[in-house]
Amino acid sequence: MRIVCPFCGERELGEFTYLGDAKPQRPTADASEDAVYDYVYLRDNVAGVMSENWYHGGGCRTWLKVTRNTLTHEISAVEPAAGTGARQVAK
Amino acid sequence: MSQSHRLTSGGTIDRSASLNFRFDGKSFSGFKGDTLASALVANGVKLVGRSFKYHRPRGILTAGSEEPNALVELRSGARREPNTKATTAELYDGLEAASQNRWPSLNFDVMSINQLFAPIFVAGFYYKTFMWPAKFWEAIYEPAIRRAAGLGRAANIADPDHYDKAWAHCDVLIAGSGPAGLAAALAAGRSGARVILCEEDFAPGGRLLADGGTIDGLPATEWLSRTLTELAAMPDVRIMTRTTLFGVYDGGTYGAIERVNDHVPSPPEHEVRQRLWRIVAKRCVVAAGALERPIVFAGNDTPGVMMASAMRTYVTRYAAAPARRIALFTNNEDGWRTVETVLGAGLQVAAVIDARAEVSPAHRSLASKGGFPVLHGAVSGVDGGKTGVRKISVSLTGGARAEVEADGLAISGGWNPTVGLTSYHRGRPKWRDDIAAFVPDGAPPGMMAAGAANGAFGLGACLREGFEAGAAAARDAGRSGSVGSMPVADDEAFALTSLWYVADKGKAFVDQQHDVTASDVELAQREGFQSVEHLKRYTTLGMATDQGKTSNVTGLAMMAAVSGRSIPETGTTIYRPPYVPVAIGAFAGHHRDEAFHATRLTPSHHWAAEQGAVFVDTGLWKRAQWYPRAGEKDWLESVTREVRAVRGGVGFCDVSTLGKIDVHGPDAGAFLDRVYINTFSNLAVGKARYGLMLREDGIVYDDGTTSRLAEDHYFLTTTTAKAGLVMQHLEFCRQVLFPELDVQLTSVSDQWAQFSIAGPKTRDLLKEIVDPSEDLSNEGFPFMGARAVKLRGGFTARLFRISFSGEMAFEISVPARHGEAMARNLMIAGKPLGVTPYGTEALGVMRIEKGHIAGPELSGTTTAADLGLGKMMSTKKDFIGRVMAGREALVAPDRQVVVGIKPTDTSRRLRSGAHIIPKGEIPGPDNDQGYVTSVCFSPMLEQWIGLALVERGRERIGEIVHAHDPIRGEDYDVELCNPVFYDPDGGRQRG
Ligand SMILES: [Zn+2]
Repeated sequence: MRIVCPFCGERELGEFTYLGDAKPQRPTADASEDAVYDYVYLRDNVAGVMSENWYHGGGCRTWLKVTRNTLTHEISAVEPAAGTGARQVAK
Repeated sequence: MSQSHRLTSGGTIDRSASLNFRFDGKSFSGFKGDTLASALVANGVKLVGRSFKYHRPRGILTAGSEEPNALVELRSGARREPNTKATTAELYDGLEAASQNRWPSLNFDVMSINQLFAPIFVAGFYYKTFMWPAKFWEAIYEPAIRRAAGLGRAANIADPDHYDKAWAHCDVLIAGSGPAGLAAALAAGRSGARVILCEEDFAPGGRLLADGGTIDGLPATEWLSRTLTELAAMPDVRIMTRTTLFGVYDGGTYGAIERVNDHVPSPPEHEVRQRLWRIVAKRCVVAAGALERPIVFAGNDTPGVMMASAMRTYVTRYAAAPARRIALFTNNEDGWRTVETVLGAGLQVAAVIDARAEVSPAHRSLASKGGFPVLHGAVSGVDGGKTGVRKISVSLTGGARAEVEADGLAISGGWNPTVGLTSYHRGRPKWRDDIAAFVPDGAPPGMMAAGAANGAFGLGACLREGFEAGAAAARDAGRSGSVGSMPVADDEAFALTSLWYVADKGKAFVDQQHDVTASDVELAQREGFQSVEHLKRYTTLGMATDQGKTSNVTGLAMMAAVSGRSIPETGTTIYRPPYVPVAIGAFAGHHRDEAFHATRLTPSHHWAAEQGAVFVDTGLWKRAQWYPRAGEKDWLESVTREVRAVRGGVGFCDVSTLGKIDVHGPDAGAFLDRVYINTFSNLAVGKARYGLMLREDGIVYDDGTTSRLAEDHYFLTTTTAKAGLVMQHLEFCRQVLFPELDVQLTSVSDQWAQFSIAGPKTRDLLKEIVDPSEDLSNEGFPFMGARAVKLRGGFTARLFRISFSGEMAFEISVPARHGEAMARNLMIAGKPLGVTPYGTEALGVMRIEKGHIAGPELSGTTTAADLGLGKMMSTKKDFIGRVMAGREALVAPDRQVVVGIKPTDTSRRLRSGAHIIPKGEIPGPDNDQGYVTSVCFSPMLEQWIGLALVERGRERIGEIVHAHDPIRGEDYDVELCNPVFYDPDGGRQRG
């Protein structure tokens, strides 16, 4: 598999580390235990297109959001994952 | 020296280069350009091996990598390689090969008695015969079956050769150099594409080498050399012979194995034996051709029965006659080419047995000219055995029988396109009735099949499809040069009437390598194994080293017939790479022995080696474990000395392996507050603090000290083991979770050499190193202080007053390039003080004496409270793991927590891993209350001590419990105690 890093270009799979589903957002400090439990443990088992977090540890050390079809391994989009796991992106 | 079956002329062998070789100890000769198989054919050798289960005599069936029978042990000693196909092994002078599966000799094989017990070797016999009792399997059945159902012997010695791994990139990758592959290369190359063409054989040309033809008005061999010349002149076209494309992976990545030096006795110095290629290609043209398939009949495994196309290859390419009087059994027009080849070489045709109702007038006149009969019907049996084909029984259309005397039988049951590469992404090929074969139905992205691999069997069609595919592939890859004119040839007739199996008495083999017979297929069907996937597993059809290249399609066609379904309804099994066996050594490449993984050396490594340090592998690192001195009888004596020297004077230890991360930015403190359970934003500049990180699920992740060197600059350390992972985790927190924080992370693990200097005389030693203007007193540099200091001589270092040993201690940090000099300077400056370098063992002993947690306690199952650090958890802020750490089970009062242990018999040694059981109870899972995590001999207490995770351990201080160690067979009592064994009030480190 090859991933086109938006910063480094097309690179081989060995440079990347897989984390998992990029959809969950970390609950805010006042969230209930159930909400955090859901965030930590409950995942969809997607057969098809899903967004995933990949780490380009062998390159620019950017966390990426990769849109990948789990059935065909086709990658349709790669973008920086900046803030995608945050409930509120605001200062 | 006589090559009895070598034709007097023809072939592409080099008759001026005679090569001697040995097969089963007998000497033979062949020529450069021969394979082992063609040389054996040229020497009239028909019997080359015994079969897997029944030890039946077997000969050479094919002339390529699909060969099921002619497997040999090639070479000897450490290079001995079993299951090598004689049909692809190139002949070299001095080659040694031995047949397999025979004892004591190929001609007299004791195990052929298995044939008499054939009923027990039928499909599924493993499952049926050896089901009970289970323990008999390993001890009795399996070794006996292995001996009887032989495989070749591996060398059992380390492989002396080197293997390489390499990457290549191109626009157009082409598999196969037959007419389709060459035409594709011409079109792609002319349009300016970067082309790599992989050819399994040592000579390019594919079937052109055996079947000739006329292309662009030229004899095929002339067109071939003209084409190779044109391709060689293109700088961006690379033809890789002896290279098999074996797999296709995601993103246009392909695997290929190049046999760089398999064709010589041993690789020349500094050269590799094989090279594993990973090729990244924008487009791939599969021109891998097709494999001729057998027809199954009784005795079809007799030596001398050979694929018709293989026979043409031996005669035309190698000028070697597989037989002198040859019969042909065909169900199609293509098989008849063999007649022309055989007659052209001056050999006799005994008869043609054609399963079709009609034969063309041209063939009829060929028959009368050649003086051989054309029989309509099918071969129903072969007389021969180990000396090879003698007599062939024919059941004629209409019911009569006939016999044909011959010493060779060519068979042609049609052609199977090589659909492996196009199907490796779970693609299922589709059935085409007109050619009675499976062809690719789509392909992985970027790939297309052309020529015979796509079911186009004529020479003209191969050239056309190949050329068009090459042009399209180049265009798709963005190359737009002119492709020039397409090579043109006529298409031969391909008229086929399906015939898979001729039922009659006697064993008829579908899969010759795994000895699967026609009756096995029928039996499997009767017993309910009707899916092809079940057929495969139950009979093991297609599961041998040849992966059923000559048997899979035939097997499923027979399955379709007995189950009354059509072939497409029956379907194929899933195709999986590799297309040919690939040695594990090639996948490993240079990553073996010392080079198995990278090795990281600490900055003081060379100095430590000079000191005679014993090194230990910790992850990729080599760390000094202890520094033995003359006269010390074991490690324990050395380690005990090092600990006493530190506690009584001063010592130092290289701790550079700890992960180090610079945290910069106005929000650095706020960021650390979110990743640690304790608070760092309120840490004063110039101070260090111990920190603990959790995973989001509430379990402890890592620990270490973090210092604040400036308002917006923290210096964070991690454990050695988690250095890389913590960096990745912190980057995730920074980028994905908390993008609003203005903070930057930089890994500086390799930039700093860091030494722990510990012991009551630490300041005395530092005074010799640090500039006198620096105040190292308790007031000037208090416990947990951290700041840059000037060294004598002008260098700057960082100094941290932190202690893992419990002694008065500092850690000094200098740029990594000065690490070795620092170690040498500490030794020189500390000589009057008796400074002692200490290793990781002494470090570990001192941390256990102080009850500090380390790897064994940070086990991925412990909470902060389990480790006695629950109070560090801030209640005033959110941090990673905060909510989940509060779950019921993680705060339950009966959790196993860290506690100290001491044996009641103070002379006893402790061992990690022992289970803790309440005293007086019989050990078992119901009363298992924890286990011993860390142990050491404490020089200070002069006895063994340890740390353990024990249920409610901290409430049970003083209780005697039982340590149960079933692995070492040890049982003894220990007392639960305070984990801080030495200097519990911490006076020494503050002193
Ligand atoms: Zn990158």
